[in-house]
Amino acid sequence: MAEFSLPKNSKITKGKYIKAQGATNVRKLKVYRWDPDTGDNPRTDTYEIDMDSCGPMVLDALIKVKNEIDTTLTFRRSCREGICGSCAMNIDGTNTLACTKSMRDCKDTVSIYPLPHMDVIKDLVPDMSHFYAQYASVQPWIQTDSVPLPDTERLQSIEDREKLDGLYECILCACCQTSCPSYWWNGDRYLGPAVLLQSYRFLADSRDEYTGERLEDLEDPFKVFRCHTIMNCTNTCPKGLNPGKAIGEIKKLIAERHAL
Amino acid sequence: MKTSNRPLSPHIQVYKMPLSAKLSILHRLTGLALSLGAVVLVYWLFSLAYMSDVAVSLHVLFASTIGKLVLIAWTFAFFYHFCNGIRHLFWDVGKGFEMDDVNRSGVIAVLAALVLTAITWVVGA
Repeated sequence: MAEFSLPKNSKITKGKYIKAQGATNVRKLKVYRWDPDTGDNPRTDTYEIDMDSCGPMVLDALIKVKNEIDTTLTFRRSCREGICGSCAMNIDGTNTLACTKSMRDCKDTVSIYPLPHMDVIKDLVPDMSHFYAQYASVQPWIQTDSVPLPDTERLQSIEDREKLDGLYECILCACCQTSCPSYWWNGDRYLGPAVLLQSYRFLADSRDEYTGERLEDLEDPFKVFRCHTIMNCTNTCPKGLNPGKAIGEIKKLIAERHAL
Repeated sequence: MKTSNRPLSPHIQVYKMPLSAKLSILHRLTGLALSLGAVVLVYWLFSLAYMSDVAVSLHVLFASTIGKLVLIAWTFAFFYHFCNGIRHLFWDVGKGFEMDDVNRSGVIAVLAALVLTAITWVVGA
């Protein structure tokens, strides 16, 4: 059931304001903070950043805060080039990767929150274990019964390979997953856009021989059909993919299965 | 698994809803309005058949400015829900999922609903 307001322990309070000394080119970062070691509610701290000594991306600004202003600021990051998906967070109201989001494309005060409607471990770090469990539940690997000849690969036509374009590029950052209001309200049983895009990646693969079993498993009032084509997923995907369309294709496959 | 007193990160409190999401909410709300309106409609028809005094006062209510505004809003709700329903039918056959198409068809649904509402009230009056 949809619970629109935040629980008592999650209400955000006003935090500190930290000024930059002697800076002329100043931008502000308003960042969600929560420390598991105190009993306090989450708060938003605002940091002034000297852009003359800061890289161009939001991730650069966060690293600058951690290096020079407040070492307790906690966030995930790794590749800094949009391929690992670690630094997914909510920036200025939209989920995206901090490493590929330019400060120039943000408001003067950049608002940064963790991925929405997730349990927070610390600051900008959400607990992803439910998401990963859902990902595992769609069995994201090729399954076959046929035995290939020992000296050949499983070949695919160019056309069949093209069906995987726009699917295999997903980095599982969970930007789309956590942008979806349906996933907020029914995330316990609805698989969500990222997991369904991955599920479709194997439904669409000509080498996979378990399409029927996969569709059987997905056919449920919640797993797929909580998608109401709100399209926040496709709007927010930092890799430009279209999870909404992938879910539409799954719904079509399920319907076609019954038409036979 | 609750391991501690972990807070829930903010969601509608901070999320900037794109056009497609706003129109989806409008679809929900107009659907709700249509359900409630259907009850009123049945009550009105019932009153015409069995309770003429109620029918008269309902007629006065519907003829008032506020009553008319409510009826116009309800007509819009009907046409928007109808047009957006057609949009959903296209999605159901796998068409119109590119973001440009989604935004365009959304604007068309709203405009079509406004035009149909206007036609209904001009022709009806």
